[in-house]
This record gives sequence, C-alpha cells and structure tokens, in this order.
Amino acid sequence: MSTAVIHAEGLSKRYQRGALASSGLLRDTLARMLRAPWTAFQRNKPETFWALKDVSLDVREGEVLGLIGRNGSGKTTLLKILSRITRPTEGWAEIHGRVGSLLEVGTGFHPELTGRENTFLSGAILGMSKQEIVRKFDEIVSFAELEKFIDTPIKHYSSGMYVRLAFAVAAHLEPEILLVDEVLAVGDFKFQKKCLGKMGDVARAGRTVILVSHQLNQIRRLCDRTVWVDSGAIRQTGATPEVVSAYETAMTSPERGGGTTHANAKARFLSWKIMEPTGKFPHRLDSVGPVAISFQLEVRSPIRHGHQGIALFDAERRLMWAFANDDLTLEPGLHELIYKLPFLPLCPKSYNWQLSLWDEGENVDLWEAVPELQVTIPNYQHARDEWNGFLNLPSEFKVSREKG
Amino acid sequence: MASATSNPSATSTLANRPPGLLTLRIEPPHTLFELRLKELWTYRELLFFLVWRDVKIRYKQTVIGVTWVIVQPLLTMLVATLFFGKLAKLPSQGLPYSVFCFAAVVPWTYFSTALLAATNVMVENQRVITKVYFPRLILPFSAALSGLVDFCIGFIVLLIFTFAHGIRPAWTLVLLPLFLLLAVFTVLGVGLWLSALNALYRDVKYLIPFIIQFWTLASPVYYSSSMVPERYRWLYGLNPMAGVIDGFRWALTGTGHPPAASLFASVGIVGVAVLGGLLFFNRMEGSIADRV
Repeated sequence: MSTAVIHAEGLSKRYQRGALASSGLLRDTLARMLRAPWTAFQRNKPETFWALKDVSLDVREGEVLGLIGRNGSGKTTLLKILSRITRPTEGWAEIHGRVGSLLEVGTGFHPELTGRENTFLSGAILGMSKQEIVRKFDEIVSFAELEKFIDTPIKHYSSGMYVRLAFAVAAHLEPEILLVDEVLAVGDFKFQKKCLGKMGDVARAGRTVILVSHQLNQIRRLCDRTVWVDSGAIRQTGATPEVVSAYETAMTSPERGGGTTHANAKARFLSWKIMEPTGKFPHRLDSVGPVAISFQLEVRSPIRHGHQGIALFDAERRLMWAFANDDLTLEPGLHELIYKLPFLPLCPKSYNWQLSLWDEGENVDLWEAVPELQVTIPNYQHARDEWNGFLNLPSEFKVSREKG
Repeated sequence: MASATSNPSATSTLANRPPGLLTLRIEPPHTLFELRLKELWTYRELLFFLVWRDVKIRYKQTVIGVTWVIVQPLLTMLVATLFFGKLAKLPSQGLPYSVFCFAAVVPWTYFSTALLAATNVMVENQRVITKVYFPRLILPFSAALSGLVDFCIGFIVLLIFTFAHGIRPAWTLVLLPLFLLLAVFTVLGVGLWLSALNALYRDVKYLIPFIIQFWTLASPVYYSSSMVPERYRWLYGLNPMAGVIDGFRWALTGTGHPPAASLFASVGIVGVAVLGGLLFFNRMEGSIADRV
C-alpha cells in the first residue's frame, strides 16, 4: 500500500439555509443588534443544515479517486474543503503536497484580455508560478490548437476555442494533488479525450487525482477507487466497479438514494423507465420504435411556470437529441412525464438521459438519469465501423427499372 | 485555515509520508488573531498578476484609455478653481489656486478610486473566490496597489503643471513617497473592513458614495486646513487624509506647513485601522466564500 497524501477526519460543514437571502443586509443586522443587543451574542443559529457530516477519508499517493453522489449530496462541498475554498465547521484534514483545483472551466478568465494574457492570469490563479507558465506557454498554446488566435481577446473566441484554452491551461497544472469537479463535461469529445489522456499522464506520474463526476462511464474509465457520498456522509467506499453498480442500483429504486440535503428543492426526478415496448428490462431498448419513456417526478411545492428539458447523450457525451416543454403547471405529488417517440433508431451502445426542471427561470432539479439506457437493437448499419453513424436505421433496398 | 507549516504532532498521522513535500492542515477557523501576512508574501506573484490585470483591463475598456486618467483630475481641478478659487476666493497658502487644488486632487483621486475598488473587489471576484483558493487578502491589496498606476500618470501631469506655474519643487519632494505610503495604508485600513462587509452585506455599496463624499469635505482638498479653527484642529487631525494632503502639498511646493503632531496621530490611527482590518478580514474570510 502506498502512502496516504490526504487524510481527513470527521470533516463537517454546516450552512445556513438560504444564507444569501436572509443575511444580505447590514441594516437588518444592525437593527437586530439595536433592538435586542443581547441576542447578537447568543448563538441562536437560524435554520442550518449539514452539507457534510463526519466524513473521514484517506487518499493514497498516485491514486485516481472518484466521487459520486446525487446533486446536493456534498461532493462539491468536500472538494471545496479539500481545496481550501471554504473551511470545515468541524473536523480536520491534512494534505501532503501542492493542491490544484479545477472546479470551473476558465477560472479567472477575463473576456477583454487576449488568449496570451489569460493564460498567464488563469495559470497564476490556479497556482502556477510565472516561470512555470513561461516555460510551458508554447506547449499550452499548441495543446489548445490556438496558435493563430493567441493574441486575440477571448471575447472574440468561439465557445469551443474558449474551452480549449481553459483546459489547456488546466491540463498543464502540475500539482501533486489535483481536485477536479465535473469540468470535463463540456467541450467536444475529441478534445475531452485529449485532456483525459493528459490527466492519465498526470496520474501515471505519481500524482493524485480526485474526480467528481456524474458521468459514471468516466468514473469507470478513470478511477481506481470510488467514494459514494450521500446526504453529506460517505455511503460506500471501495473498488470502482462495486461502488458504481451499488450506486446505480440504489438510484433506480424508487427512493433515488436519499438526498435529504435537497429537501428544500421544489421537485426532483426519481426514476425512469421504458414503457413501450414492454420488456423484461425497463432500461433496455430492443426496438427502433415506437418508444415511450416515462420519468417519475416528485413535486413538493407547486410549479407555476415550469420549463422542462430533456437531453439524450451517448457515452462519449455527444448530444443525440434534446427537447424542452414550457409553461408547465404542476401541483404537489407524484407525476409521470411521458415522452412518446415514433422511432428512436440508436446504435447498440449505452446512452444517458439528462432531465432538468426549471421554475420561473430557476433550476429546480438537474438529473443525470441512472441507470443508463442500454440499446440492444441489432446494428443495421454498414459492416465497417468507420461507416457507422448516429442513426441506426433499418433500410430496405430495391432496384427498379423505369419502364419505357 | 490551512497553514503551510509542518506540525509534528499532526503529521504523524500520515505515516511514511513522502519527504520534502509541504503539508497543509485544514481546520475550522479557531484563532481570533491571524494576520497571515506571510501567506500574502508567498502569493506575491499572484498579487502582481491581479494588479496587472486590473490595469490592463482599465486601459482596454475605456475608449480614450490613458487620457481619461489625465482628464478626470484636470477637469475636477478646473471646475474647483472656477468655483472655489475665482468665485468663493478661498485662500490657497500663497499658491495659485489651481496648483493648490491640483496638488490635492491627484492624491485624493487615488484615494477615492482605490477605496471604491477595494470595497467592490470581493464581489467583483466572486466567481474566482468560490472556485479556487488563494489568500483572499490579496484582493484588497491588489485594489489598493492597482490605483497607483493611475496615480503615477496623474503625478507626472501634476509635476508638469506646477513647473509650468513657475514653482520649483523643494528638497521636501523626497518626503512625498512617505505621504503616498500613508495614503495607501489608509486605503487598506478602511478598505479591508469595507471589502469584507460588502461581501457579506449587500447594502454596503450604497454607503460608499456617501462615505467618500463626506470624506472629501472633511479633507483639505478644496480649502486649506488652516481655515479649520484652532480648537477643532486636533479632531481634524484624526482624519489621516488631511495629513496626507497637507503633507503632499508641502512636499511638492515647499510652501505651507509640514503637518507635524497631527501626522503622528494619523499614522497611529491608520496603524490601528490596518491591524484591525487584517484581523476582521481574516475572521470573515471563512464565511466570504460561502456567502459572497
């Protein structure tokens, strides 16, 4: 067993519920203190909740550790504590080595500055020294494939170019410990792969990586060990295949893996299944259509101007299809959202649904549906792989000769 | 928060740890008295980059760029000369009123813009604060320092302007950086408090214009401090910017009187404000990332 580079014990973090809304005004605080000076010294906390409770963790050197769990389970809070963005309320951790954190794509980028200037700025903010950036600059630029545009202000960049530059800077960060949150979910697939490759190099060089992701495929591909965080506590730790499948199983059960920290959410998606065609496996599609998919949604408080989005991605995170419905009114209770599709000609691979619900422009729930959609339709396409496309259409062929 | 020192009792938990790496300890905030200036020094390169960014962006965004930095204090001076010099005929210590006024407007412009920038700096960098760690203390410092570039440009104009009026700087000019330093520390002394408060309370930003306006009137920018009645002079001396401006004028032109006793009071007050500001800021830092 190699040495532990991160050792955490009893990490806990308490937040005030709706901290932003209630504590916003100095005027109010002063008024409270004037009205009742003694209460200012009493520790009568407003409504609080534990985003993280008693988490102990050891991460060994050179390990790639996955962190999974539903939205609001505390994964990001844990990552934020380990990267020192926020302090724990209780507990402590010890980290051995330089820590780099990637919680966002393009941290510190400023639109008015050129690619070159932003490389230096973002690099410095992420923890590189000037010397280090100067040394790696050419490599970063060629990695991002932006040689021609490096002196253009990035406000003129396309979103693809922006992401490429951001990743290139991040990928060249060489801390002993790298904390990554979901950032690889954006960007085009080819470039993502390049970054993952670079990260793989990082791991092979004896560096330690903690990766938070909703994409279980990514976790499976990259992580040796996985920690499943649920309601602010560690539910399971172990080898990736075991933890991920336990997680998938729990998420498909009606209770969708706890998640009490999100108790204040107005609604949340619980599960999904294929209604039509009916079969033994509710997440396996064996026909090109017609198809009906149902998503179970639990509504806790009324949705007045709901906007509901659905997207289907393949395992390589390419968008297959997306749609959205506006002006939904939903009363509290269990709902079933049913999408009927006359045909869904997908290649025999695995896919992911992404469901979102918005109310009055505010995100209520974003769900990376588990389990994945397994498509077991026979492949109707060209016999050679390089001539296989997105659509798996059964075709009929006939030659007819015009008479006359 | 995490201190970059190895703690022998704590590191024992990491058995066989690789040698030569630094150990961070992450803990709940517990001590009341943390200055953490050492960490600021470790991150000095980032401080430089943030100042550099601020300056770059300022000159890129404004259409007229650098000229704005010159035009703004010049216009202020012209208008003041017209109303306070020509109409109100305020005394100006034997200097042409325009020189008298301009010598105060240049350091005052630095002070007011830097204070405003320091107040807003946490809110403006909210995204970065919530996504990556660095000592947050860097931000108010960067705001206080990036204003110095504007100041330098304004100061060159001021030198030319005084020269054109036939006033030759005296030996006292060498003391001028000291007064500038006092101005920087005054920005920090107030800015550290306001930046943390502004991050935590949304209504602080409405307070700032009022504070600055009030402070302008309470400082000898447009009038001479000798107009303040003798028995209130001590009270006036509590305003460090009064000492800065008087000292600035004196150092530049050699006329007027060097601020003496009140200057010591100013230095003392600023010292206390900066120290208190550092403690307050560090204490609030923990909640800033959660609440900003």
